[in-house]
Amino acid sequence: MSGAEKITVRVTEVTSLNELVTRFRFERLDGALLPTFSGGAHTVVEMKDGDVTRLNPYSLMSDPFDQTAYTISVRRDDEGRGGSLFLHNSVRVGDEMVISNPVNLFSLDLRAKKHLMIAGGIGITPFLAQIKQLDRAHGNWELHYACRSVALGSYVDYLTSTHPNDVNVYYDDQEQAIDLENLYSGQPLGTHVYVCGPKGMINWVRGKAAELGWPREAIHYEEFLAPQPGKPFEVKLAVSNKVIQVGEQESLLEAMERSGVDAPYLCRGGACGMCETRVIDYTGNFIHRDHWLDDEEHSSGEKIMPCVSRFEGKTLVLDR
Amino acid sequence: MPKFEFPTSILSRPVYGVLEARAGHQHLMIADAEGAEAILDIATPDLMAKTHIIYIPKGTDFADELRALNPAQFYQGPSYAASVSRIQRVLQDAAMGLQLYLAGTEGLMGQVQSEAMKAGIPHTAIQTEHRGSTARRMQCVHCKGITEDVATDPFQCSHCNLNLFVRDHYSRRIAAYQAVCIDAEDPGYVPAQKGLYE
Ligand code: FES
Repeated sequence: MSGAEKITVRVTEVTSLNELVTRFRFERLDGALLPTFSGGAHTVVEMKDGDVTRLNPYSLMSDPFDQTAYTISVRRDDEGRGGSLFLHNSVRVGDEMVISNPVNLFSLDLRAKKHLMIAGGIGITPFLAQIKQLDRAHGNWELHYACRSVALGSYVDYLTSTHPNDVNVYYDDQEQAIDLENLYSGQPLGTHVYVCGPKGMINWVRGKAAELGWPREAIHYEEFLAPQPGKPFEVKLAVSNKVIQVGEQESLLEAMERSGVDAPYLCRGGACGMCETRVIDYTGNFIHRDHWLDDEEHSSGEKIMPCVSRFEGKTLVLDR
Repeated sequence: MPKFEFPTSILSRPVYGVLEARAGHQHLMIADAEGAEAILDIATPDLMAKTHIIYIPKGTDFADELRALNPAQFYQGPSYAASVSRIQRVLQDAAMGLQLYLAGTEGLMGQVQSEAMKAGIPHTAIQTEHRGSTARRMQCVHCKGITEDVATDPFQCSHCNLNLFVRDHYSRRIAAYQAVCIDAEDPGYVPAQKGLYE
């Protein structure tokens, strides 16, 4: 079976934080302890929504050393393919669910002299766990958190009351914005930047750092790409000797899984590289959406990341 | 002086590039001996206005040429050991965006790189260009003593006197190649000494 090892859990708390965000708490069904993790890790949550099974990654926000429970906070996405809607509308306290062991693609670089965290909206969640980890190690950190409004500022009260000197909050509706140029200037050597939020914010934070001569290795980012719906297409899987249809609302990876093909994956968000698949033949165009392959690989027509990327055209044959 | 092409080797062996001016508000260039020529090759008045040069001549006479570039700061040190506290201080006071350029011998580049890593610069973000002597800074794996400027293989440890074989296995932390006793099994049976890369 692909993906990280699975854990069966019970939902022990469902807490609505605001109009858009709900927190879920998971405890192991067998009463044993959960594995510890490192701040920035995510878990892949299995959702059985009728005859569709979705596996979506969510950042763990609880204390990485608390083995009694994991918590995630989920922002309702009315436009998405329904994973977050399912959690918001259908999951109740007492439900049994399957989640994966934690996987970290957004870990702290503990060689850093200082950790400069930049969060946008629900992108705050991995930082909640990282801050707990750093506090325990007396780490040097600072958080800059942009939210839409006071009402939608998840965990703002908690953060500002526990860390009044290290947390800076910016509200879009009050026209407050992070002054990035100023924030970057004079940061001590050995500062690492971590950004989690919308794509525009990630590009802005990375672009400005590059412009100012910050080393690429000191910039860390995480953007969970949810697979986007698209036109249905047909794929031939050469190794499994199957021809499958990828529906409008499912990803290529999901379609392979639905057809009983055990395809590798880890993050399901275009970031880890695990699902990389060789293209044997194609006529048409790829719709690459991952962060894994570089531009050259994207235009080569030789590889595809089935967790987020799609295809439009006549034939696609994969080495799977 | 023509540039020496090091033969390709194991992954542990450092490889050096060619310096190029990069974006940044502050530039720190540290060189010894012929490393000065690598700085002269990329110097422009604009770049020099934001550059601090730390130079160890090691018996060469490039210092005046470097000074004539009119860098924001120029320091000439009599040896690496005499300059290291200044290098540490400059790194300690530096801000993100600092660009570090190293040129000259492997020993100099390796030691500054190790200081820079301690100060928080990822080693992959440091530019290096080898110029001049190909002699190496070697650590005896037996007594842990360092012998500078080793140009022959085998050589004798300057601390414990063992006959040592020059390896390509390198430690970034110690900034030295590892040297291993060559006649441990047959004491006294030492192959003829030859120059490195001969
Ligand atoms: S599963 Fe991680 S990139 Fe596709």
